[in-house]
Amino acid sequence: MKIADKFNELKKKKEGALIAYICAGDPTPEATKEYVTALVRGGADIIELGLPFSDPTADGPTIQVGIERALNGGMTPDIYFRIVGSLKVHIPLVVMTYYNLIFKRGLEKFVKDCVASGISGIIVPDLAAEESGELAGFCKQYDVDLIFLVAPTTTESRMKRILAEGTGFIYLVARMGVTGVRKDVAASTRELVERVKTKTPKAVGFGISNGKQASEIIRTGADGVIVGSAFVDIIASGRDVPGRLEALARELKDGIQSANK
Amino acid sequence: MKQELKQTKFGKYGGQFVPEVLMPAIEELTEQYEKYKDDPVFNKELDYYLRDFAGRPSPLYFAKHLSREYGVRIYLKREDLIHGGAHKLNNTLGQALLTRYMGKKRIIAETGAGQHGTACAMAGAAFGIKTEVYMGARDTVRQRMNVYRMELMGAKVIPVKSGSQTLKDAINEAMRDWAANVETTHYMIGSVVGPHPYPMMVRDFQSVIGKEVRTQIMEKEGRFPDSIVACTGGGSNAMGIFYPFIEDDVDLFAVEAGGSGMKVTDKEALHSATLCTGEEGILHGMHTKVLQNKYGQILESSSIAAGLDYAGVGPELAYLADIGRIKPRNSMDSEALDAFHDLCRLEGIIPALESSHALAYVKKAASSGELGDIVVINISGRGDKDLETVMGMKK
Repeated sequence: MKIADKFNELKKKKEGALIAYICAGDPTPEATKEYVTALVRGGADIIELGLPFSDPTADGPTIQVGIERALNGGMTPDIYFRIVGSLKVHIPLVVMTYYNLIFKRGLEKFVKDCVASGISGIIVPDLAAEESGELAGFCKQYDVDLIFLVAPTTTESRMKRILAEGTGFIYLVARMGVTGVRKDVAASTRELVERVKTKTPKAVGFGISNGKQASEIIRTGADGVIVGSAFVDIIASGRDVPGRLEALARELKDGIQSANK
Repeated sequence: MKQELKQTKFGKYGGQFVPEVLMPAIEELTEQYEKYKDDPVFNKELDYYLRDFAGRPSPLYFAKHLSREYGVRIYLKREDLIHGGAHKLNNTLGQALLTRYMGKKRIIAETGAGQHGTACAMAGAAFGIKTEVYMGARDTVRQRMNVYRMELMGAKVIPVKSGSQTLKDAINEAMRDWAANVETTHYMIGSVVGPHPYPMMVRDFQSVIGKEVRTQIMEKEGRFPDSIVACTGGGSNAMGIFYPFIEDDVDLFAVEAGGSGMKVTDKEALHSATLCTGEEGILHGMHTKVLQNKYGQILESSSIAAGLDYAGVGPELAYLADIGRIKPRNSMDSEALDAFHDLCRLEGIIPALESSHALAYVKKAASSGELGDIVVINISGRGDKDLETVMGMKK
């Protein structure tokens, strides 16, 4: 399913999107299928599935450890695309990975593998708009969304460039820093949502872990909420993982719906 | 061949592969560096610190006994005599001064064995700037003397407990800190690596080494050397001594760590010879050569010399290797140790194990004629820090 179709569908229902991240292969490739199903059952609208890289400099400690578990569990790009291809979900899937894995596979092959396995968007946290030209070309050619991040520090001139290049949704970094569960939701979120002037949906991530925060984020005018570390924490605990993933997804989605746009 | 600052690449290498949160800081740094690099006031002040604090210029010493032993005329560029015992301070003084000119109040850095961290602590103290150094928790145990040195000079050492608890985790943590504190903080990278402008800026601050050699060798020999040999991990001492000679008829040898052999598994390399065996990739903000597996996962590298133990290499070196301007070579752990002992015994100089790789290559290659008659070797640091390692090997 295309990301734009999902946002349009939600827009009709006046509803925000829940975008859930987990790292594929954490702790085993088989577990990922089960966890994705649980997240979808709980109400996730889009699944962001991490393809683990050995040196994840843009991720916080929680996700970094999840990535290590996945690599130790034997996850590779080949297995990744096989697993994703076998998922029976009817919502958009997005791959999040670092540029070296894409570069090494070959840009065009990577994008084609995305299409073949049913992935409709790519997020590359270490690929700034300045360096993205070649990958963006293949994404356009094969109709895959290339999703960019904007931060509170993003300057106006760079903002223009990112908004011109980004498709699918714009990933707003709510707080400075990298992914990880934070205690409250930054006041700078509203300001950032207002600064990002675009028709492309805006999803806010970094530091959201409960329904109340998710609700606050949607009230700032965002079209979606991205949650990662809180799910990865559940996986790390190893206790009743599918049940708790589903429950957290439901809590977040309830929060989002309570803030009906 | 000389690069303009506005250009972020060396051929296809270099660039700025960093998270969006860091882009503004990198843009600001690029702008500020451009503003001050040729500023007479900035440079006058930097020269003062390099001379009176660091002890520059460092001598170019004719190694009589070693020359006789190896069969070529060998000059040693004595960076081991710089304050702190290594070339690292050239760069940290430059960046610390720039930090002050940029109006930032805090310096952060990553360190592996503690050499760069120590140089940061020195520069931070010299300029009165708060300095915090990330170091893998395992490294803080292995290198506790360096931790203590940093703390004596007022720096805070933050042990990193994530991942393998070594250099790469320290880099990750330092980048996270920078992302969260870009407005007040300068991130001091210790080598010619990372996103633009670091490779260029660090090279420029280290180029003082090669500039001095140009004058010194003319005084002693009346001509340039036939070759210059420097050890290469990230590559800052190599770029520092090579760069001023880049347009001259001087052969430049970058000697990497051959470790315990050229073998590679799916997760690790027994060496750190990135220029010799690495493949193109993207790591730590730059497009360069990297030690990686078939999927692009970065390999754990290995070397007896902590300062060479890195899975990447400066992008400019990757470029210069591709166009044939520098010659990548490597020396194994055992060869480096052997050359280490030669220099100690013959010349009364204890070199760093890193620098010993350059010495070892000269020992190997001198008789082939490849190096010519006059060779300059960069003794990038002194070996006091390595004595425990060397003693351990003897047992």
